[in-house]
Amino acid sequence: MSGKLSTERPTQPAPKQTKKSPAGWMAAYSDKVPFAALIVLLMIVLVMLFVNPSFLSGNNIRALAEQSAVPVVVAVGLTFVILMGGIDLSVAGVMAAASLSSALLLANDRNTLSLGLWVIPAGCAVGAALGLLAGLSVSILRVPSFIVTIGTWQIGLGIGLLLFGGKPPRVLDNGVRDLANGSVAGVAGVVWLAVLVVAIGWFVQTRTRFGRYAYVIGGSEETALLSGIPVRKYRTLSFVVAGAAAGLAAVMATTRTGVGDVGIGGSLLFTTIAGIVIGGTLLTGGRGGVAHSVVGVIVIVAIANAMVLGGVSSYIQQAVQGVVVLVAATVALWRSRQRLRVVK
Amino acid sequence: MNSAPALELRQVSKSFPGVRALKDVSLEVRQHEVVGLIGENGAGKSTLLKILTGIQRPDSGTMLAQNSEVVLRGVTEANRRGIAMVFQEQSLLENITVGENVLLGNEGETVQHGIYHWSKLNERAQEYLDIVGGGLKAEAPTHQLSFAKRQMVEVAKALASGQRGSHDPVILLDEPTSVLEHEEIQTLFRIVRELRKRASVVFVSHRLEEVLEICDRVYVMRDGEVVGECVPSEVTMDEMFSMMVGREHHAGYYHESRQLEARPEVRLEVINLSGRSFHNVSFTIAQGEVVSLMGVQESGREDIGRAIFGAIPTTGGTVRLDGKPLEPRTPADAVSKGVGYIPSERKVDGAVLAMSVGENLTLAHPDRVSSGPFLNPALEKKTIKSWIETLRVKTPSAETPIRNLSGGNQQKVVLAKWLLDPELKLLILDTPTRGLDVGAKADVYALIRDLAAKGLAVLLIADTLEEGISMSHRVLTMKDGRITGEMASTPGNRPHRTDVLEKMV
Repeated sequence: MSGKLSTERPTQPAPKQTKKSPAGWMAAYSDKVPFAALIVLLMIVLVMLFVNPSFLSGNNIRALAEQSAVPVVVAVGLTFVILMGGIDLSVAGVMAAASLSSALLLANDRNTLSLGLWVIPAGCAVGAALGLLAGLSVSILRVPSFIVTIGTWQIGLGIGLLLFGGKPPRVLDNGVRDLANGSVAGVAGVVWLAVLVVAIGWFVQTRTRFGRYAYVIGGSEETALLSGIPVRKYRTLSFVVAGAAAGLAAVMATTRTGVGDVGIGGSLLFTTIAGIVIGGTLLTGGRGGVAHSVVGVIVIVAIANAMVLGGVSSYIQQAVQGVVVLVAATVALWRSRQRLRVVK
Repeated sequence: MNSAPALELRQVSKSFPGVRALKDVSLEVRQHEVVGLIGENGAGKSTLLKILTGIQRPDSGTMLAQNSEVVLRGVTEANRRGIAMVFQEQSLLENITVGENVLLGNEGETVQHGIYHWSKLNERAQEYLDIVGGGLKAEAPTHQLSFAKRQMVEVAKALASGQRGSHDPVILLDEPTSVLEHEEIQTLFRIVRELRKRASVVFVSHRLEEVLEICDRVYVMRDGEVVGECVPSEVTMDEMFSMMVGREHHAGYYHESRQLEARPEVRLEVINLSGRSFHNVSFTIAQGEVVSLMGVQESGREDIGRAIFGAIPTTGGTVRLDGKPLEPRTPADAVSKGVGYIPSERKVDGAVLAMSVGENLTLAHPDRVSSGPFLNPALEKKTIKSWIETLRVKTPSAETPIRNLSGGNQQKVVLAKWLLDPELKLLILDTPTRGLDVGAKADVYALIRDLAAKGLAVLLIADTLEEGISMSHRVLTMKDGRITGEMASTPGNRPHRTDVLEKMV
């Protein structure tokens, strides 16, 4: 059917083709690069140059990468939910269930199972199942995702506690543990895994129907429906993706610490949501993306790390971190604030 | 080529509660033809378009595409039949590329197994964009485009969606010129002529000259019926005017006997007022006088009302109310100085739909139902009850949410909101009867007469010509943001509608 068109090109001067011009393609997405969050990161680096230059030492950068790996993986999955205008608060619960499951599936001190690396798809599956439950509740039962995911959060915690059974299962599979903690070409295995997840996330966001429709649905659900897009299907899928990512993150964290832990994702809700917002992904959906979320999460991790190196008293670190996050969010979102003002 | 009509409607009717929107409408769209659809607001054009695109289903009658009967259950199905619409309110997404917008939901082989092939997608979208012209690029971000350019993208999108059918598509353009500048309209006409080579076009408008210029054939609609079909080269504008406007309503409808003489005291003075969409506008309204401001949709008439009310900024000129300068910075400021305003988007601006009838009534003037700083429930109840009775608002109770009321009754409540104000001096009515049924309209007209009799100055932005002419003491006509004429209007000696129209278009 496209043939019918191409035989009848119009006579008016055809516009210059910019095909294959990467510059034009980049320009097509002015909000493709999270400039604001990068500026915040740069500011942290500049401040630390004076406060404690060891912030930029190879060891600390490696530590930063390792601390970022788990929240980055969670954030990549969560990004798609938020791009569609939803929210997923269940990370702590999903990770609890996945952490206990994966600890019990690897060689451990409680049973005789030993799945080895198959624990990765298994952990993802546990998370994906909880995500599917949330997704179906949101898209079919029409319950707001905010409430639904508080529900799946508790369900996940419940599953985790059930498997916990009073004593944390210890992971005895040293092969897998070494792969996660030990250095592969100088960098910890979990960091490589996080890099791989980011790459996949980027591909999904820019090259797949699911990724592109996340922007469409977040931009205008009505337009999406009028264009014949199965919005419910993609919305459900977004929660499955977020769940699977949280499940994977739980496997990574569990193999690093070596115990199945119900509280393993406890602090990640703050890190990931704050990171995503600072990165410039709008909670109303439609703007931002994987790259934004990754940089945002790194900013949050860097703030926590910088405070330790800066000698901030551990009693007030959390409060200071909150204040710094508020300031960082204001700086990072200044531009979009202005843009809103222009529009209104 | 197949010569069957691309699209045909036979005896299509559609009713909404209280309104018969379409009555036995029959029409056909032939292949590679530009068909005009013209009529006043409320003539049934939008309902007809909704039926053609499957957004609404007709109560009776049949629809045929290429001689075979079709039942459309939604936009997607209409697209599959080759019918696509360019919506009046734009439907492009700002956060994706132009090319993605063009092929949205219709990516075809450019997305395989869920994976985008960007170069293919851009190439394919570019084909449609090239038909439309204007140097649009598929890779460009949408948020940077001007309004006119976006509309061109919409046309390309419609073309792409309509291409799904097995025949050449039918593209529906809903009031496409209403927000365009003159030059942009010429561009649009060039696009329509280009489209005609590969599609049929339905061009909906209320502007006669445009329809006469671009269409091969025109259907004239009035009160939900097709009242005429003509070929532009064979009719004059005047003939089409009279078809569009039709016979007179009988005088009682507008309560013309209750039109009192305006008092000598000037209430509102507008001197050289300018704003974004109007320039050097001057007029006065006396106490007890109703002045109607007539013009086509984008003539700037609504903005004048909003500017006097302080809802949009002005760039020059002065407004005086009872000799004192009225320079409201905000609507609240205007209200405190005795100005009331009833917007046309009643559902959006005029009423708080989730609140009750009673709460809406007292919304703007809580002081009327308060003793000192406190709300007085007994007084509130009494006031509300008396107003519901006076206005004959049909509501189960004062506690009923206003959204459950019919449009006419909602409007009465909104009007009453302002009637509560004893200090009210000027009331600006922006198409207060739009969408109301005949009975409710008559009630609203009676209310306007009552208000004028109280000495209020009323600025009426009328929904129809007849309403504007029959309700007012004076008619002001507007075109392109300027006042083009002024005519006195008294019962038995009303201006002729053709004269008024001539000044408007």
